Amino acid sequence: MSKPLLKAENLEISFHGVKAADGVNLEINEGEFLAIIGPNGAGKTTLLNLCTGYLKPSAGHVYLDGKQITHLSPRQIAKRGIARAFQIPQLFTDHRVIDNVMLSNAARLNLWQMLSPLDRPRYRDEAMELLRMFNLADHANDLASTLPEGRRKLLDIAVALALKPRLVLLDEPTSGVSAIERFGLMETLMTALRQAKVTALFVEHDMDVVRRYAERVLVWNRGHVLTQGRPEEVFQDQRVIETVVGAV
Amino acid sequence: MLQVLIPLTVDALANAAIIFFVAVGLTLVFSVLRVLNVAHGSFYSIGAYAAASLGLWVVSAGLPEWLTFPALVLSAAFVAAIFGPFVEHLLIRWTYGKSEALQILVTFGLFLILEDLQRIVFGVNSLYEDTPMRLLGSTMIGGIVYLNYQLLLIALAILTLVGLKLMISHTRMGKLIAAVVADREISQALGINTNRIFMLAFTLGVFLAALGGALATPTTGVSPGLGADTMVLAFAVAAIGGLGRIEGAAVAAIIVALARVLAIYYAPELDAVAPYLVMLVVLLVRPYGLFHTDTTRRI
Amino acid sequence: MRMFLLGLAALVIVAIAGISAPWLQFLLSLAIAKGLAALGVAILLRAGLISIGHAMFFAIGAYATAFLTRNGITDFVSLLILSTLIATAAGVVVGAFMVRYRAIFFAMLNLAVSMVLFSLLSKLYNITGGTDGMRVARATFFGIAPGEQTFELIVFLTSLVVVMLVGFAVSAYFRSPLGEALKAVHTNEIRLEYISIPVWGVLLVGYTISAALAGLGGSFAAMIIGHVLPEMAFWTESGHLILVAVLGGIGGVAGPFIGAIFLELVHTFAASFTDAWSMIVGAALLFVIFFLPSGLYGLINKKRGGSAV
Repeated sequence: MSKPLLKAENLEISFHGVKAADGVNLEINEGEFLAIIGPNGAGKTTLLNLCTGYLKPSAGHVYLDGKQITHLSPRQIAKRGIARAFQIPQLFTDHRVIDNVMLSNAARLNLWQMLSPLDRPRYRDEAMELLRMFNLADHANDLASTLPEGRRKLLDIAVALALKPRLVLLDEPTSGVSAIERFGLMETLMTALRQAKVTALFVEHDMDVVRRYAERVLVWNRGHVLTQGRPEEVFQDQRVIETVVGAV
Repeated sequence: MLQVLIPLTVDALANAAIIFFVAVGLTLVFSVLRVLNVAHGSFYSIGAYAAASLGLWVVSAGLPEWLTFPALVLSAAFVAAIFGPFVEHLLIRWTYGKSEALQILVTFGLFLILEDLQRIVFGVNSLYEDTPMRLLGSTMIGGIVYLNYQLLLIALAILTLVGLKLMISHTRMGKLIAAVVADREISQALGINTNRIFMLAFTLGVFLAALGGALATPTTGVSPGLGADTMVLAFAVAAIGGLGRIEGAAVAAIIVALARVLAIYYAPELDAVAPYLVMLVVLLVRPYGLFHTDTTRRI
Repeated sequence: MRMFLLGLAALVIVAIAGISAPWLQFLLSLAIAKGLAALGVAILLRAGLISIGHAMFFAIGAYATAFLTRNGITDFVSLLILSTLIATAAGVVVGAFMVRYRAIFFAMLNLAVSMVLFSLLSKLYNITGGTDGMRVARATFFGIAPGEQTFELIVFLTSLVVVMLVGFAVSAYFRSPLGEALKAVHTNEIRLEYISIPVWGVLLVGYTISAALAGLGGSFAAMIIGHVLPEMAFWTESGHLILVAVLGGIGGVAGPFIGAIFLELVHTFAASFTDAWSMIVGAALLFVIFFLPSGLYGLINKKRGGSAV
């Protein structure tokens, strides 16, 4: 097995005395699709907040490529190659769809380029390619605020991938998406991830999605990792059936 | 040295008392309505004009001079009754839950209108009416002369502070206000008529500002531009104490007063700068003011 | 493109008006000077930030011109450039503190700094002339000292050229990643961090540019009026700049200039039959806010987004 890309060690955090993470360990390897499941309120989003520097753990460390990133800000961590998509799409609602992606692309530019026009053919083509992949090309010039919910979700993921990250953290990519669209979205997403060779960790509540796409599943409950392993093993586990699958 | 510093301090505290009235009104309105009212200072100067005019009328009509005291409070109440409900209902209500930038703009528009309104109604001349101060005279303690009116101002400010705190903790209306401050949505869900609370709180804020202006007239008189000057000073005091904190406004008013005393004593040209320097330093270190606690919303 | 043509048309109209009616030149130049500062305020409004203290940079530009003139620098162009640079430097320093704050705290901190400046300008009599302000001697052009009418014409024409250059530069800035990110600070600051664009950098550049524009306007104003006063830094002046920025908000980059010229013209004509000028302006502001909210850069809506959880 290769060296882990992201590693979390003994993470601890509590809110108002309730432990949302209590000595959590986690590893994700290069090229892997790791799913995190768990009942509502188990602190899954907190885990993503900890890994991206939005929250600081009271104890424990996060490593990227064996290097500490615990103390870094979300921006510095994003710069080092971890992108994030959100459960509730976080978009620049006053910008066009394509601007959302181009701005994300622009993060790599130097100061001089940051002051020259954003909407020029080279950046536009790059952004359009990504939009096409996510079936958003027709909406490129619409205001982001006018997109329907399912498409907002896609755009949110496209913005994360436009950073050309090594690892993307997806927070419930299929929530808020209708059951019919759900697998279509996942197919699109997986194709994009494979094509860009991006490692992915996703928090998910739809067990069918997890069963079909995850290579490894980590079960999270009350601030602990309950168990982890291949989907077919994990879903046999009686504890998992009781706490997670049964609860859904 | 004390012969100089003590009178200076009493002077500054009397000023602080007046600014406290304005600042506490501003802070009260902010904590209940969550609107920073840029026109708040105008209510101060309108109160001042109203009090000076009424006082001059009392004197010229040959009425007993002691009537100038109730005239001060009466004119403030009059200003609050005219402007409070009307302005809240017509303008301020429309900005609830809107961005701060918009609230500042709307109240700045109101400020401009009120400034001209004063010029039209009261003219551009300064008014002086110091009967209350003359009537009270002065006291000599330990070789230092104190103006009794200044001591009265300080006492009134302390009474107002205590009164406001008691009103909030002990009266039904006060508890309703506290509930709205703590959680607007839940208060609405519980059936509290928040619109009525907003109107009352705003009117109380106007009254406090106008009262400050009215009480200031016997010592300083009133002239055009007073509203704009007072506005920033009240801003500074409210911000230092923490916007929305009543006792914060009181402590901040004292801090500003003492800073001015020190400035006058050591570097007279820094007198006017002192309040803003204190505000700048406090906001840089504690952006939410000295008395802010970030977990709870209280008055 | 339509905005561009609109702006150009407005510029041509102003130029023709000023040249055919020389008595308008003083008024139009002054309006343009204030328009520059209001454009600076409009830049910050794009990021959802409102400064009740931006007149301080207008005053810094104006006083810089006064001090430089007193110290022997009288060349018009040099004065404009140096004063703008001084205001820019002030913008970087003040901005470095400001970019940490948002909403009401940003507004109040700007107010605090501007009031410190205002009080210093009015009290340090030996340096600044106190409340009397300072006289600004008429500038020269490449060593030639013009008469009053020539001076006003040249200043007027220069201000038109400056407006054009600034208009191009600022609209280019708005279309650059940094300028687009400014708008994104307003809609979703957290996402901006998550795509690794430094919000503080975006805001500091915006703040500095806005300070530079206000300083440039102040320098113009000092030379046009021939006098500088502490009141230039008073908070009501900052309020007026916001007002002009908002009233002109509908017209893009040209908006603040159109707004400033419109206000200045109405002021002049209204002055002959009423002195309730502030009241008219205040009512107009409320009218725009209540009935033409498209001029408000989306300020109507409460700040959206921003929560990662």
